[in-house]
Amino acid sequence: MIRTPLRPLARILDARQKGENPDVIEKENLAIRHEAMRDRDRTRAERRLFVLGFAFFMAFTVIGARMGTLAASEPTEPRASVGGSQITSQRADILDRHGRILATNMLTHSLYAQPNDMVDPVHAATELAAIFPELDPKALERRFTDGRSFLWVRKVLSPEQMQRVHEIGDPGLYFGPREMRLYPNGTLAAHVLGGAAFDAEGVDSAEVIGTAGLEKELDARLRDPAQSSTPLTLSIDLTLQANVEEVLAAGMRMMSAKGAAAILMDVHSGEILSLASLPSFDPNDRPANPTEGEPSDSPLFNRAVQGVYELGSTFKIFAVAQAMELGLVNSETLVDTNAPMRWGKYRIAEWDNHNYGPTLSVTDIIAKSSNVGSAHIGLMIGGERQRAFLGSLGLLSAPQVELVEAANAKALVPSNWSDIVTITASYGHGISSSPLNLAAAYATIANGGTKVTPTLLHSETHEKGPRVLSEEVALASVAMMRRVVTEGTATLANVPGYAVAGKTGTAEKPRKGGGYDSDKVINTFASVFPANDPKYVLIVTLDEPVETSGPKPRRTAGWTAVPVAAEIIRRIGPLMGMRPQVETARLDGVTATSAPQVTE
Amino acid sequence: MRPVLYILSFLAVLASAFWAYRENYATQAQLKHVAALQDEIATLRESIALQRAEWAYLNRPDRLRDLATINFDRLGLLPMEPAQFGYTNQVAYPPPPELRITGTVDTMGSLDPNVIASTDPQEQTP
Repeated sequence: MIRTPLRPLARILDARQKGENPDVIEKENLAIRHEAMRDRDRTRAERRLFVLGFAFFMAFTVIGARMGTLAASEPTEPRASVGGSQITSQRADILDRHGRILATNMLTHSLYAQPNDMVDPVHAATELAAIFPELDPKALERRFTDGRSFLWVRKVLSPEQMQRVHEIGDPGLYFGPREMRLYPNGTLAAHVLGGAAFDAEGVDSAEVIGTAGLEKELDARLRDPAQSSTPLTLSIDLTLQANVEEVLAAGMRMMSAKGAAAILMDVHSGEILSLASLPSFDPNDRPANPTEGEPSDSPLFNRAVQGVYELGSTFKIFAVAQAMELGLVNSETLVDTNAPMRWGKYRIAEWDNHNYGPTLSVTDIIAKSSNVGSAHIGLMIGGERQRAFLGSLGLLSAPQVELVEAANAKALVPSNWSDIVTITASYGHGISSSPLNLAAAYATIANGGTKVTPTLLHSETHEKGPRVLSEEVALASVAMMRRVVTEGTATLANVPGYAVAGKTGTAEKPRKGGGYDSDKVINTFASVFPANDPKYVLIVTLDEPVETSGPKPRRTAGWTAVPVAAEIIRRIGPLMGMRPQVETARLDGVTATSAPQVTE
Repeated sequence: MRPVLYILSFLAVLASAFWAYRENYATQAQLKHVAALQDEIATLRESIALQRAEWAYLNRPDRLRDLATINFDRLGLLPMEPAQFGYTNQVAYPPPPELRITGTVDTMGSLDPNVIASTDPQEQTP
């Protein structure tokens, strides 16, 4: 580098000779040097800026291009990731409480046609009709040749059918994968599960949605992709359900009943172990909703939940329990039972015009099922308190359970709770409720008085509901119900070893035009077992049963619903691992054998 | 010195390009392998689901009940009864195992001939 001096000697000497200021020369040179330096710095800065700008431009271009390709391309699974790649079905399985499958999914195929690609539509139509008898070859041929470009032929195929369609060999027939809901147990627990159907259908997949029962009520949970690999565990026990349905069906046939329902419930948790309604249906092939006739006659109708019936004398225990809770009576108080009783223009009589009067103890009112006695107890309680109590047991509202039908099964309650309603409600007439509500109310009494909310979902922990009855009253009520079985109207329910307690109920069906039908009844037996430490509640309801082994047809619950319930308890007791208990004689009499045996 | 540096860096570029090329194809091969494995897993999961469904279908209570009825002669299965509960002390212990014969058993004895003579019944009769 050549340094240019700021004060070149030649010019300085020259300037001195001329008498000029040599500093001017230095300043001039300094200015020139500064200019040169400035120019150099500027070009360097410009170059740096350019490089930096280029770098930023490239960086932003790369980011932008990446964003563009991400936005424009089809999303793909990250294939390189290790583990966690759960390929699961779109709808969660449903299991029973021991993990046995109640509903699962199966991969099948649907069949669709693109007539434009077809070689021989006529041949394809006749061959298809030979495979699927429900297809009409003429109609199919017409649809193949009327110029449309796409049509569905079948929603699901079995593998055998698929192979046979393959063998037709027509290039215009296509298969689309379908995940289908399968209920391997057929009609078992059909009313709990409900059913499922395809919703939005595409060629590659179809949405499966619940159409009834639990499948519809918990549709969002079952379809939630985050939970699709976690099966839903119900409180239903498959073995118990199968046995309950078998015995109930046999009982329904023997009693020539139109329908039947049974509910088995754990009294502490409210978990429903079995819920059966007959006649039943196959959820794999759910029939269409009925368009004519009584909807309650359809097999789709869930009698245990949707059936809102006057449940008859099974309500008497509620009146008695409340009266004991309020301190109005105890189990030995004598109550007027002189029949018939008159109240205004109404006449309240006993079954078959008996007269249990003039007085009976409260225990005997329950054991003999006295309408008049219950009516007097109801009047002691009063309408306002009675209504509040029945409401707190959940009998006056729609049942709360994970079934879509439950919300519509509202209890039928008179709007004006007059004295006559108080009287009839005390023996279960004039208000109608679902058998499931009855099961929950009995469970409330059986577990020592805390309210039970029925549920179909299995859970390890359960919160106790609010207290409705004191423990002593609940115990006394169960003891009274035990008397119904040992010496009252339900002696046929005395299953040795299981100490069944319960209450029968016979209600005549309301006639269309008003009044009651005497030969059409709803028989209910609400039972609790074992009585010394209640664990389960079993409700059995028969619709229009008749027992014809005697000289004249018998239609009381003691002859119809009670033996069916007894057989169910005898069958399911061992299955639940309940060891029969040796019953000790009661200590209130002189000896057990000297006590009078009162039978219906 | 400088040319050597140039040649070395050029060779390094060549080597890393070769390495990158190989890695790229190895990665693609691995991805393909993973995809195939995941396809296989999916197929297996599907068949597990199908077999679980099949198992549940074959074990449906209706069918088992019918099978128990058909095979009653051989199995003699009846619904469980409350009377079938027992206590553990009602269950008999298994019979004691028979003595095992391990070695050869000597059935011949070498007794004293006098002893044999004295116990011979024919000698004693007279």
